[in-house]
Amino acid sequence: MNQHSHSLPASYDAAPLELTRRAWPWPLLTLLLVAFVLIPVLGDDYWLNAILIPFLILSLAGLGLNLLTGYTGQTSVGAAGFMAVGAFATYSLLLRVPGLPLPLALVGGGIIAAGVGFVFGIPSNRIKGFYLMVTTLAAQFFLEWVFTKFPWFYNYASSGTISAPRLELFGYDLHSPLGRYLLVLTSVVLLTWIAVNLVRSQIGRNWMAIRDMDTAAAVIGISVDRHKRLAFAVSSFYLGVAGALWAFAYLGTASASSFDINRSFQILFIIIIGGMGSIAGNFIGAAFISLLPLLLNQIGQGLLSGMVDAGQLQNLQKIIFGMLIIWFLVKEPEGLIRLLANLGERLKAWPLRF
Amino acid sequence: MHLPLKHKLATVLLVLSTANAVSNTALAATNEQFFPLANYRVGAYASSGIPVWAGMIDYLRYINEVEGGINGVKLVWQECETEWTAEKGIECYERFKNGLNGAPVAVYQPNGAPAAYALADKAAADKIPLITLGYGRTEATDGSVFPYNFPVMLTFYSEASAVINYIAQREGGLDRLKGKKIATVYHDSAYGRETQSPLALLAEKYGFENIQIPVADPGNEQSAQWRQVRQLKPDWVFLRTWGVSTPVAIKTAARFGFPVERIIGDIWASSDEDVLPTGEAGKGYLALTPYPGGSEFEIHKRIKQHILDQGKSDLKDPKSFGSVYYNSGLVNAAIAVEAIRAGQQKFGHRPLNGEEGRWGLEHLNIDEARLKAIGFYGLMQPLKLSCSDHEGGGAAKVQQWDGSRWTLITDWVQADRETLRPLIEAKSNAYAKEKGITPRSCASED
Amino acid sequence: MTFFLETLIGGLLAGTMYSLVALGFVLIYKASGVFNFAQGAMLLFAALTFVSLQEQGLPFALALILTVVVMALGAILIERTVLRPLVNRSQITLFMATLGLSFVIEGLAQGLMGAQVRALDLGIEDVPLFWGDVMVSQFDLVAAATAALVVTVLALLFNRTRIGVSLRAVADDTRAALSIGINLNRIWQIVWAVAGILGLVAGLLWGARQGVQFSLSLVVLKALPVLIIGGFTSIGGAIVGGLIVGAAENLAEVYIGPYIGGGITPWFAYVLAIVFLYIRPAGLFGEPAIERV
Repeated sequence: MNQHSHSLPASYDAAPLELTRRAWPWPLLTLLLVAFVLIPVLGDDYWLNAILIPFLILSLAGLGLNLLTGYTGQTSVGAAGFMAVGAFATYSLLLRVPGLPLPLALVGGGIIAAGVGFVFGIPSNRIKGFYLMVTTLAAQFFLEWVFTKFPWFYNYASSGTISAPRLELFGYDLHSPLGRYLLVLTSVVLLTWIAVNLVRSQIGRNWMAIRDMDTAAAVIGISVDRHKRLAFAVSSFYLGVAGALWAFAYLGTASASSFDINRSFQILFIIIIGGMGSIAGNFIGAAFISLLPLLLNQIGQGLLSGMVDAGQLQNLQKIIFGMLIIWFLVKEPEGLIRLLANLGERLKAWPLRF
Repeated sequence: MHLPLKHKLATVLLVLSTANAVSNTALAATNEQFFPLANYRVGAYASSGIPVWAGMIDYLRYINEVEGGINGVKLVWQECETEWTAEKGIECYERFKNGLNGAPVAVYQPNGAPAAYALADKAAADKIPLITLGYGRTEATDGSVFPYNFPVMLTFYSEASAVINYIAQREGGLDRLKGKKIATVYHDSAYGRETQSPLALLAEKYGFENIQIPVADPGNEQSAQWRQVRQLKPDWVFLRTWGVSTPVAIKTAARFGFPVERIIGDIWASSDEDVLPTGEAGKGYLALTPYPGGSEFEIHKRIKQHILDQGKSDLKDPKSFGSVYYNSGLVNAAIAVEAIRAGQQKFGHRPLNGEEGRWGLEHLNIDEARLKAIGFYGLMQPLKLSCSDHEGGGAAKVQQWDGSRWTLITDWVQADRETLRPLIEAKSNAYAKEKGITPRSCASED
Repeated sequence: MTFFLETLIGGLLAGTMYSLVALGFVLIYKASGVFNFAQGAMLLFAALTFVSLQEQGLPFALALILTVVVMALGAILIERTVLRPLVNRSQITLFMATLGLSFVIEGLAQGLMGAQVRALDLGIEDVPLFWGDVMVSQFDLVAAATAALVVTVLALLFNRTRIGVSLRAVADDTRAALSIGINLNRIWQIVWAVAGILGLVAGLLWGARQGVQFSLSLVVLKALPVLIIGGFTSIGGAIVGGLIVGAAENLAEVYIGPYIGGGITPWFAYVLAIVFLYIRPAGLFGEPAIERV
């Protein structure tokens, strides 16, 4: 796509007008076609329920965290806490506001999560870097406690779990795996589209300026505190919607423990492995994180079953997973997206380099 | 640059997907019943889980090799690691629900509370019955609302009632409970809070003081909680912890001078793994369990002879033979096997699917004679399930730790299930209303 | 009043147990700028190794020495395979690497030594002692004494030995330290080994209380707020932070807990940490970073 990246034109007049000339985005259209048409036709329950739905939701959550961490430079390990807010808020809205359509409930859940994110983002004006990470950790533990402690949030169910009261849109029942898949896919596509445009806007550019150096950003007149809080809010909105989808479209039921600290780490893994400050990286990171353990598991079952003790096999998988993470961090600090981009560049020149 | 990559990714997914679909449809009619094992061998709860899987696998192997399967239908099983989480539990369920190489699934044991909750609706939609022994939704006892959920033998409500009845035994009658202080130290989670409403009801009925003290997860520091216990001086403590919070609780209680013989552990705080680390402090600790520890039951003799001594056991540490969790594996497997056997009486001696498995469960009747025949007498209580009662049983034995092993100190202590039933029906009706379910009529079943 | 005093003293003593865990973090952060999330896994690994060796019939001292050797070898291995290739990467990358490392160590620990719970008896009785009306735990006193001993040894190591001086130089300015010929890799190996040994000490004390098993690795979550309050770079801070967290957590659970439903310990320490951070953004004893444009 960017065949001009190796040589810069000598003058502005000679520069190609690529910005204004827009070709049809064929690859994107193919991808959407595959996702919306081909997969629903071909995919079976296992692929939809156990792989594609969680993959898409995790990508969305990664996207939310990436807006905050990858684009604005505010490290957060409280992602799952905000997902919990989204899930419990959406549940409350569906339960307590009769007749509220599902999309509005999702957006409402997201907005409430954004409000909570805003509040927990306030300390970011004084606390920075590693120490800020801890305030998000506090958010994580505090929110988890709130949603286990106060029965109002889960409608006084003795089990402390919430489940989607109704999952329907314009009269269509979305309970089937396919319905839930399409619901998730539509939400993810819409929100990704918004995010792509957001990071290219003035706000996105200000965020990146703050990430690269907030003192410098303040010097050139960006209101740093306000933008940081905004990043917290927007990120939490995304996480909130992802949390609601995780609870209702994927798990079916959820409790506060579905959004524990390990989920936060998982999402952080996604963006670091996929690529900080990249939209597509979230999808690749989510694919890596959610598919790799399954792949290892299948390989283990298939190849080594019977030869190695089942418990040892699980431990071995864990070790390999950890090693792969370290290996990727060592090999490609900018994430898998960079690795793939480099590969693409190489293929373009293959087999005749120079 | 981003887009072609996503495209490639999707293609890869698609190729894999079709490959998988093909492998799934490679069906062959076999005379085998698939027994999915969603288990956890790594992570925080692995130490509890490993003996359970050994018990299950040993029993299944025993059925296959000694009894030639269930009426000639051989059992096949495969493991899937859930790490005790909901999402991996779902993945395992989706992987297993269509059976294995043509061998169908008759009953499914999620083995873990998070997965049990997450699968409740999915399993009902797929018509696969879930057996949750000692965990899962209590209100699923009402089978008219929850046709595919079986919280068999002992729900948390029954457990609360059984513990109160046991305390009454020790105090000399239910009327002597008046004015007594009973503190529940509980793991602050859905599991831990489940006994709050039955205990509140029973406290009102019998006039004891009901004190609730939460321990936050993971519970590796509990001095604040036990300092409260020391200050309130309860007559009994009902300990409802899980994982590491149990040994820490017992040790901390000793540190604060609370007598360990006055602490009664619940079903998830009653294993060897819970008390082994406590050393001296745990001597005299009481625990309630529907599958007591011990290796002297008839089934143990059979398994020892045919499986253990033949070197075919899944148990890595022979010391665990007859431990509480190993026995829980035996009991879990036996219930599933007996349910399939019950179903076969109606549908013939062939592998059953989920719907037929459910019929078997709802017509399960393991009486004393049957218990003796399968070698579980004393280890397991008589169990009779029906459409309206998915629990059956409702009794537990109390065992005491003597520093190296458990000794049974009571026979079955029965819960007062009639008192609790209205509570359960209120919950299940609320659930039915929330979900828009019309309860089926149990009178028209059978 | 007695009850208050008892809660306070009990809390302070419990806090020293947190400090012991926090010290391992401080050491590594000071020397290599890595927030080592694998500290919990190291703690588990050390305690498991020790218990397994004891099960093989080794006497206490020998098992202890062997475990120390194992931890030192592990430190060298980690430095070679994880730290050296990641030198000069961002803090967050290093943090994630230690998360990956914790998977590896946990898998190894459970794979090699089994997942079952082991009892660990250090021969210290965990029974109540009475000072007047105030009850204290003998075990806690031993733990506090151990913490004091560890801090003294560390202080001597840092201030009186060549290694300690070069370690401080590295912590102060890595490049300057390199330019005067300090072997950075060796310093890292030493620091990680010492952190591993600290993990062993903490692992034994915690393990004696709750049994040696996987959950031992979760005590790191308790150490984080301690670090925040005390600062990531101060050994004294880790001790003071531990005392503050222990006392505040216990007092809050007893006096505030009942009004808001109890079970507040997991987050209370964090909220306290935020309040401290808001007042002193680099912790009580941490050095504020100077930013240059």
